[in-house]
Amino acid sequence: MGDEVLVFAEHHGGKPARAAWEALAGGQRLARDIGAAVATVVAGEDVAALADELAGAELSEVVALTSPLLRDYTPDGYTAALFQVIEQRQPRFVVFSHTYQARDFAPRLAAREGRGLIGDCLGYRRDGDRLVFVRPVFQGKLCADTEFVGEPPYFVSFQAAAFREDSVQRGAAPARVTSVAASLTPETIRAQAGEPFREAKQAVDLTQARAIVAVGRGIKGPENLELAKKLAEALGAELGASRPICDSGWLPMDRQIGSSGQTVAPHLYVALGISGAIQHQVGMKGSRTIVAINKDKEAPIFEIATYGVVGDLFEIVPPLIEEIKKKKPA
Amino acid sequence: MKIAVCIKQVPARDAVLRLNAESTWVRETDVSFEINEPDIYALEEALRLREKRGGEVAVCTLGPERAAQALKEALAKGADRAWHLDDPAFQNLDAYATARVLAAAVARENPDLVLTGLQADDDGFAQTGVILAEMLGWPHATIIMEIQASEKALKVKRELEAGWFQWIEMPLPAVLTIQSGINKPRYATLKGILAAKNKPLQKLGFEGLGLAPEAVSLRQKISKIYAPPKSGKTEFLEGASKEIARKLVEKLKNEARVI
Ligand SMILES: Cc1cc2nc3c(=O)[nH]c(=O)nc-3n(C[C@H](O)[C@H](O)[C@H](O)COP(=O)(O)OP(=O)(O)OC[C@H]3O[C@@H](n4cnc5c(N)ncnc54)[C@H](O)[C@@H]3O)c2cc1C
Repeated sequence: MGDEVLVFAEHHGGKPARAAWEALAGGQRLARDIGAAVATVVAGEDVAALADELAGAELSEVVALTSPLLRDYTPDGYTAALFQVIEQRQPRFVVFSHTYQARDFAPRLAAREGRGLIGDCLGYRRDGDRLVFVRPVFQGKLCADTEFVGEPPYFVSFQAAAFREDSVQRGAAPARVTSVAASLTPETIRAQAGEPFREAKQAVDLTQARAIVAVGRGIKGPENLELAKKLAEALGAELGASRPICDSGWLPMDRQIGSSGQTVAPHLYVALGISGAIQHQVGMKGSRTIVAINKDKEAPIFEIATYGVVGDLFEIVPPLIEEIKKKKPA
Repeated sequence: MKIAVCIKQVPARDAVLRLNAESTWVRETDVSFEINEPDIYALEEALRLREKRGGEVAVCTLGPERAAQALKEALAKGADRAWHLDDPAFQNLDAYATARVLAAAVARENPDLVLTGLQADDDGFAQTGVILAEMLGWPHATIIMEIQASEKALKVKRELEAGWFQWIEMPLPAVLTIQSGINKPRYATLKGILAAKNKPLQKLGFEGLGLAPEAVSLRQKISKIYAPPKSGKTEFLEGASKEIARKLVEKLKNEARVI
C-alpha cells in the first residue's frame, strides 16, 4: 500500500482549472495530516505543458497520463485510464474537486475499484486517528460527519472553495513529471462527447449589473414577479433568479444565477425567497453587500448575507420599496 | 423501448427538519415525504419517450414501506408498473450499496434505458445513477437536459458549468441522470389515479433479488448530523415590517453605501 494522496487535476483550454489547484491544496493538507506523499495526475492527449505547470506545486510527482483517446473528456476514457494509474500506485486517498466532470466519472472510477466516494465535502477534520469528512445534506440545511468504512483507496471530492487555490504550497524545485501511456482501445469509449456550446440567446449580461434583485421559489408564482420588479426599479437593479424560477419558465434562462447560470458580483444583491443552495451561492457570494429575505431562519443563504431579514417577503418588500423611494435622492 | 426510472422518496422541501435521537439522520416521523424533484423530471422524460417511441415505463424505488406512495404517484402519472425494493437490510445504505441493489433489480428486467434524477435532495450523493451504470457495465451521461432516442442509440444534451452544454452520443442500453428543468412534468389526472390501482406493484426484498450478504456492506457511514456552524457575520434586522424596511434602507444607505 503506497502511502500517497493522489490528486486529480482537471483542465480546460490547456490550463489547469481553478478546481485543480483547489484539489491540490486540499490534497497537500490531507497528505501532511496523514504523513503521506502527494502526487497529481493530469489526463489528456498531450499534457506536457499542463504537467510542467502543475509541477510548480510541492508534489512528489506529476503523472502525465496520455492517450489519443483522452483528447476530449469522456467518462469511459477517464475512468479506464485513471483506473490503471490507481491500480498501479495504490494510493491511500484519491482527491477531486466536486465539479461537473468529477460528478460525471469519479463515482464510476471509485466503484470500479470497489470503493466508495465521499462527495461534495466542505472539509475534513481529524478526530484522534480517524478522519471525519464533513458534507452538506438536505441541500445545505444540515451537515453530515461522514467516515470511510473498509479498505483504501478512499475517494473524496471537495466542494468549490473548500480549499483556496492560492494556498497551494509551491515547491523549491519543479516536481518530477512521469509520462504514463494509458492503454485504451476505441471500443472503451462508448459515450462520445461533442464540442461544448452555449445556447445562442444570451440577451442579459448580469455580470455588469451594479445591483441585482434575485427571486427564488419563495416568490410562489409568476404573478408575484411584479413585486420584485418594482423593488428592482426602486433600487436601479437588474432582476435575477434561482434556477427553479427559470426552469418553470417564469423568467428566461439568461436571468439565472449560479453554477449553471451567470456568476455575478454586484455591489448589492437582494435575495428574495432563495434558500441559498451551494449551486446558487457560487454564482453570487462575491457580491459586496448581500441582503437575504427568507421566512426560514435556518436557510443557508443567511450564512453569507450581510443583512438578514427572517420573515415573509410579501410583507417586507412593499414597505421596503416605499422606504427606498423616500430615501433616494430624487 | 423499455425504460426503467429509479425514483426516491425524500422529505418534503419545506419540511422542518429535526434530528433523530442519535443525531444520525432526521426524525422521519415528523416530516411528510414527496418524490425527489429531479426524479419527477426523469419520470416525465420516460413517459414522453414512451409516447414517442412506444414501449413501457417501469418505476423502481428502494425505500421503506412509506415509499410505496411515490410509486403509486408515478403509476398515476402514467408509469406501467412498479417495483418496490424494501427490506430491513436496505436501510441507511450508501450510494454504492443502493446502486448494487438497484443493479440487481434492473438486471432482472433488462431495460434499454435507465433514468434517474441527478441527485437526491436528502443525502445529496449525486452518485447512485453513475455507479449503477458501472455495475451494469453500461455507458452513462449525467446532468441531462435533452434526450433524442433512436432504436439503438441516444443523443443527449449534457449540461456543463456556467450555461454551457455538449451533445453526447452513446449506444443503448445506457443510464442517464436527469437535471431538473428538462421538461414540464405533468400532474396525475383523476383517471390516472384510478387506473393506477390496477397496475402491478411488485415488492422485492433481499432474497427475492438473490443478493449476497456483502451486497449491502457500506463504504461510508454518517456518524453525526447537525446544523451548520453559524459564522455569525450576518446582521439580522428585527421588528415590524415597516421598521425593518426603515432600518434596512438606513444601513444600505449609510453603512453599505449602495443606495
Ligand atoms: C448540477 C446542478 C446545478 C444547479 N445550478 C443552479 C444554478 O445555477 N442556480 C440556482 O439557483 N440553482 C441551481 N441548482 C439548484 C439548487 O440546488 C437549488 O435547488 C435551487 O437553487 C433552489 O432554488 P430556490 O432557493 O429558489 O428554492 P428553494 O430551495 O425551494 O427555496 C425557497 C426559499 O424560499 C423561502 N420562502 C418561501 N416562501 C417565502 C416567503 N413568503 N417569504 C420569504 N421566503 C420564503 C423558503 O424558506 C426557502 O428557503 C443546481 C442544482 C444542481 C444539482
